[in-house]
Amino acid sequence: MKHPCDRCHNRPATVHLTEIIDGEKIEKHLCEQCAANEGITVKANIPISQLLEDFILQSSDAECDDEAGDLVCDACGLSFNTFRKHGVLGCPNDYDAFSAALEPFLARAHEGATQHLGKVPSRAASTQKKQTAILRLRGELKDAVAREDYEAAAALRDRIKAMEKE
Amino acid sequence: MKLADLTQRAGEWLRGAGPMHDVVISSRARLARNLASQPFLSRCNATQQREIAERLRDEILAAGIAKNVFYVNVAAAGALDRELLVERHLVSRQHAEADHPRGVAISGSETVAIMINEEDHLRIQVLRSGLRLTEAAEEITQIDDRLEQSVEYAFHSKYGYLTACPTNVGTGLRVSVMLHLPALKMTGEIQKVFRAARDMRLAIRGLYGEGTEASGDFFQISNQTTLGKTEQQIVDEFFGQTMPHFIEYERRAREGLMKSQKAAVEDKIHRALSLLRAARLMSSDETMHLLSLVRLGVNLGRLPEIDLRIVNELFLLSQPAHLQRVCGHEMNDQQRAEARAEFIRRRLLQDN
Repeated sequence: MKHPCDRCHNRPATVHLTEIIDGEKIEKHLCEQCAANEGITVKANIPISQLLEDFILQSSDAECDDEAGDLVCDACGLSFNTFRKHGVLGCPNDYDAFSAALEPFLARAHEGATQHLGKVPSRAASTQKKQTAILRLRGELKDAVAREDYEAAAALRDRIKAMEKE
Repeated sequence: MKLADLTQRAGEWLRGAGPMHDVVISSRARLARNLASQPFLSRCNATQQREIAERLRDEILAAGIAKNVFYVNVAAAGALDRELLVERHLVSRQHAEADHPRGVAISGSETVAIMINEEDHLRIQVLRSGLRLTEAAEEITQIDDRLEQSVEYAFHSKYGYLTACPTNVGTGLRVSVMLHLPALKMTGEIQKVFRAARDMRLAIRGLYGEGTEASGDFFQISNQTTLGKTEQQIVDEFFGQTMPHFIEYERRAREGLMKSQKAAVEDKIHRALSLLRAARLMSSDETMHLLSLVRLGVNLGRLPEIDLRIVNELFLLSQPAHLQRVCGHEMNDQQRAEARAEFIRRRLLQDN
């Protein structure tokens, strides 16, 4: 049977914590709600929709009429400021036109990444394809080193070298 | 094949009982793609949007991506049909309610749906029953490869597949599962799931995706990071590292409930079934709540006489647009409540 919450004595305790104050150990068993009321609940990471909202809000502040805001894509005519207001880009070329201003946002939205490692269209220019293939191998190499799989790492390093020579 | 043929039963992904179906209702993979050398949707005028819609419709129908593919011109469809598509998870609510040229191509089994002119020119979706993410991801790659032979996508060597919103850029791949978590909800531990999901950079939504509240006992969990990982990594992380925990967590909560509060849980389950079998007026919300309990009962082996597929179907067929389509005429709330109660009674009776 579940331990009832120490505060409300009603809901089951699902948050358990031990505090040590002046060498004395105090155990607390609280339900989610009481834990939240006490401010114990750990603030969760920000979900993406909120990230985008924050980004848009933050960038619509007056202080942000910097150089980035004046950028305009010469292909579709979208300005970076308009993107910041609505969060939607106007055409593929925007990624190049705004790249310096966009990258910090991409990094925040994608766990720090700003480089594609996935699939490449079969019709894409071979150089593009190769670039991405090599980058992908580099990622695998990093993983192999992290898990101390040196045999795999050596093989990957050789493959990368061979591809770079091609 | 046309839209009207779909209403009598649920799509394969809902009817079927895939792996881990006691907790996982369905698995979904989605790709966002845009045409190269075309502006994204918001910068296209109506003529361009119409041209894109027609061109992509023709390409999709010619590409042989799945069996019995048919196309619905969503812009020309009536309100009820559009609602029906939303209820069946074949289009998003935003797509249904927009007012520009757009459509959706659907496979006969409804496991494949390709939205044209949603936020991106193409939103490809593959839906499967149970925990079948790997299969869904494989199928979506094949479809993508086929389309790519005749359609040139906007692609960037650094940023990958380019999308209207930079949160989808890179692979453009989102994988998600629809989970039934009644025991975690009952014990109040669902909040922990929310936190864990956020810590793992996963999004939690309600039954109908973006913008819907995670209410009731159904939750859609999806990855948020689309850039900087391969498609395989995205699927592996989600499928291999994340999902087992959620499933295990719900199963343990169910076991715990059956140990500590067996009589109370059984009472809830049987009351729910009795109400569904006897009530004469039934709202949408109440139906969802009661069906959720019955579904839990079936999966706990407490209701051997009830077929899980019937329960799954009822979730869909008791929704407003389906109910009106099945009954053949439009109805107000009150009339729907009566028709819904009758429909559910009959289905559960047939099952016996």
